[in-house]
Amino acid sequence: MILVDADIGLRNLDLVLGLEKRIVFDLVEVVEGRCQVRQALIKDKRFESLSILPAAQTRDKDAVTEEQMVGVIELLGDLADYVLIDCPAGIERGFRNAIAGATEAIVVTTPEVSAIRDADRVIGKLAQQGMPMRLIVNRIRPEMVRSGDMLSVDDVCEILSAELLGIIPDDEEVIDTTNRGEPVVLDDANRLKPIYEKIVRRLEGEIVPFTNLDNQGFFGRLLGALKAG
Amino acid sequence: MIELFNRLFGRRPSSATAKERLRLVLMSDHLSLAPEMIEAMKRDLVDVISKYVEVDRSKIEVSFEQQDAALAMLANIPILSVNRDAGDRVASRPSARPPALGKQPSKRRRKKGSAGPAAGKPAAAT
Repeated sequence: MILVDADIGLRNLDLVLGLEKRIVFDLVEVVEGRCQVRQALIKDKRFESLSILPAAQTRDKDAVTEEQMVGVIELLGDLADYVLIDCPAGIERGFRNAIAGATEAIVVTTPEVSAIRDADRVIGKLAQQGMPMRLIVNRIRPEMVRSGDMLSVDDVCEILSAELLGIIPDDEEVIDTTNRGEPVVLDDANRLKPIYEKIVRRLEGEIVPFTNLDNQGFFGRLLGALKAG
Repeated sequence: MIELFNRLFGRRPSSATAKERLRLVLMSDHLSLAPEMIEAMKRDLVDVISKYVEVDRSKIEVSFEQQDAALAMLANIPILSVNRDAGDRVASRPSARPPALGKQPSKRRRKKGSAGPAAGKPAAAT
């Protein structure tokens, strides 16, 4: 599994994963032929089969063309079962580069009006390219959905007419683990771990029921109601 | 429980407002991103109307406007003259005709049918 940070100029995937000190080469240097693609890959020692290809920090989106991106992704495809490309925000050059070598897209949105409108635009662009896509709704707050203060996952899927790949509840611990550069899935006790694992299984083609975030028992509900109230 | 409170105090949940606003804004986004579709629709619309009245094709304006809970299409189509035989034609052609897509304004005056009740069935002209 190789993660590619396609957000050239705004490199962050390394920081989130706690790998920032180990970067030697980056995506742009690979494209420009200054190093071999293998030399630029950073192996994440905590996961057996995970490597990342970092973005360049001091260049901009124009440093890479769509054709070059397709070339790099093809090379990476020979080295791994999955190549996951982290796409920059927006629908301009960076977006076009990121999707150039992709065969399938995962659109991540939050249940907020601005994010959903942008997601709709991105989904339209992907549809133009004929690229299959699935949706992840991130940072859902079940208690707010219950009280009618937040759009539900069903609402979001209906508005975007998209197939759902996963629902990720909002969790303060993500901020904490990101601060440390430790992916939240390393913590066996974290409630997000099984949720991420389910997404992975769905990507592998398995049919996995969605976690019912409402299912927290009477006291959980009461607590939620008190908090929300 | 909270929903009950909201209902008691007549407060509409903001998620419902969000959904409604998104529905409308995405509809107008999709329209503004499909100018070819709007042009094609304008053409078809004018072709249909032209069977009954002569319109000024160069001065047609079509716009979309949000009106309360719906998106409305506003069409401003200047009429040059009324085809007197239009009513006759509706009666003379009970079967549906495939929509004329070409720019053939002369087509309007071609057929002259027998007299009949003018109380129209314009729906037959699909």
